Amino acid sequence: MRRIVAALGLGATFVFAACPAWAHAFLDHASPAVGSSVPTAPAVVTLRFTQDLEPAFSGMSVTNPAGQRVDLGNAQVPQGQPAELQVGLRPLPPGIYMVSWHVVSVDTHPTEGTFTFQVGGE
Amino acid sequence: MKRKLWRACVYAAAFIFPVTPAALAHGFAGQRFFPATLLTDDPFVADEMSLPTIARNPTGADGAQEADLDFDLSKRITPDLGFTIGQGWHYLQPKGAGAAAGLSGLHTGLQYQLFVDPAHEAIGLANLGVSWAHTGRVQGLGAPDFTTLSPGFDFGKGFGDLPSSVSYLRPFAVTGNLSADFPTKTESAGNANPNNFNYGFAFEYSLPYLQCCVKDIGLRQPFNQLIPLVEVAFSTPLNRVSSQTVGTIQPGIIWSGQYMQIGAEAIIPANRQSGHGFGGILQFHFYLDDLFPNSFGKPIVEW
Repeated sequence: MRRIVAALGLGATFVFAACPAWAHAFLDHASPAVGSSVPTAPAVVTLRFTQDLEPAFSGMSVTNPAGQRVDLGNAQVPQGQPAELQVGLRPLPPGIYMVSWHVVSVDTHPTEGTFTFQVGGE
Repeated sequence: MKRKLWRACVYAAAFIFPVTPAALAHGFAGQRFFPATLLTDDPFVADEMSLPTIARNPTGADGAQEADLDFDLSKRITPDLGFTIGQGWHYLQPKGAGAAAGLSGLHTGLQYQLFVDPAHEAIGLANLGVSWAHTGRVQGLGAPDFTTLSPGFDFGKGFGDLPSSVSYLRPFAVTGNLSADFPTKTESAGNANPNNFNYGFAFEYSLPYLQCCVKDIGLRQPFNQLIPLVEVAFSTPLNRVSSQTVGTIQPGIIWSGQYMQIGAEAIIPANRQSGHGFGGILQFHFYLDDLFPNSFGKPIVEW
């Protein structure tokens, strides 16, 4: 019995201490930055998360103030960057744009969010 | 190497806990993350564990000194139904008398997630708390010799739907509890056991929310994971006694990481009946759904 307890304790220690990242994916930073104002229109929006993503269940859209999509519909997790999500943009006139994202981390926890950035202005 | 480590971890987790399909927990309503608060109950079912919560209470109104060491577990049975269980070790030094220490009473809860409104960052939960008789050191510490049933409603609301003109207020959120106590004995050792009305609130300003959803002001770890908050909780007797409302005000901060959070708050008595001086509370709180997403961190029905 004591050996079983010891084995479980060792196993638990191993799981707690040594395993790769398992958790909800939170937005760490974005380009353009959250709430930022950029002088020229970006060609892509890149989001960096705190965990690796499941590409099949992760997506992003960018809309203008009228609610029309201005992204190219090609949101993807770039090869070799499993914690990133990227989408291409159409040429953007000055204005405020909303990024809406939803991702599933590799342990299947979903998270979502929105933020805005401004092209031109200020 | 990393893949081998990953596989070894999966096997280790499978050995310790049964391998099961995946699920979601945590206090999310849309993009709002509600941390587990220290004083007030959380408005969500979860797979989480507080181990330990250490409290040094303010000096009591009767001059008694108290300290607590508590353990609490929240576990989902289904995605919307959960239970809680907790117990603690209690140290009591009455004024002018000898100190006593021992287990405090066992408390459990059954919870049901009534609603989660992602668009409005709103969340609500019904619960039935039970403090069990004869589960603590009754004689020495005053743990109850009666069971108390406490039905209640817990809620949370984030302000992410405020207009952009006040965008810096969007990281604010409030959670709250409303409950009533129904003791199964009206009197114990000559003292009346009243029905109580309990109410508490937590006012939070989430820096993670500010960073992710309003404005990246350049905060990096650990500051981008801090949630300053103020909690208040009060209890008002409704009958049988003439005593007054008691409560505490607890300003503090929570650091929320990927697998755990650490919270610390000062404890300030709300009035003279609640004690005097200051106390403090420190809590280590683990997200079991993130630590064990494929096993123990899932609802029991999905094991």
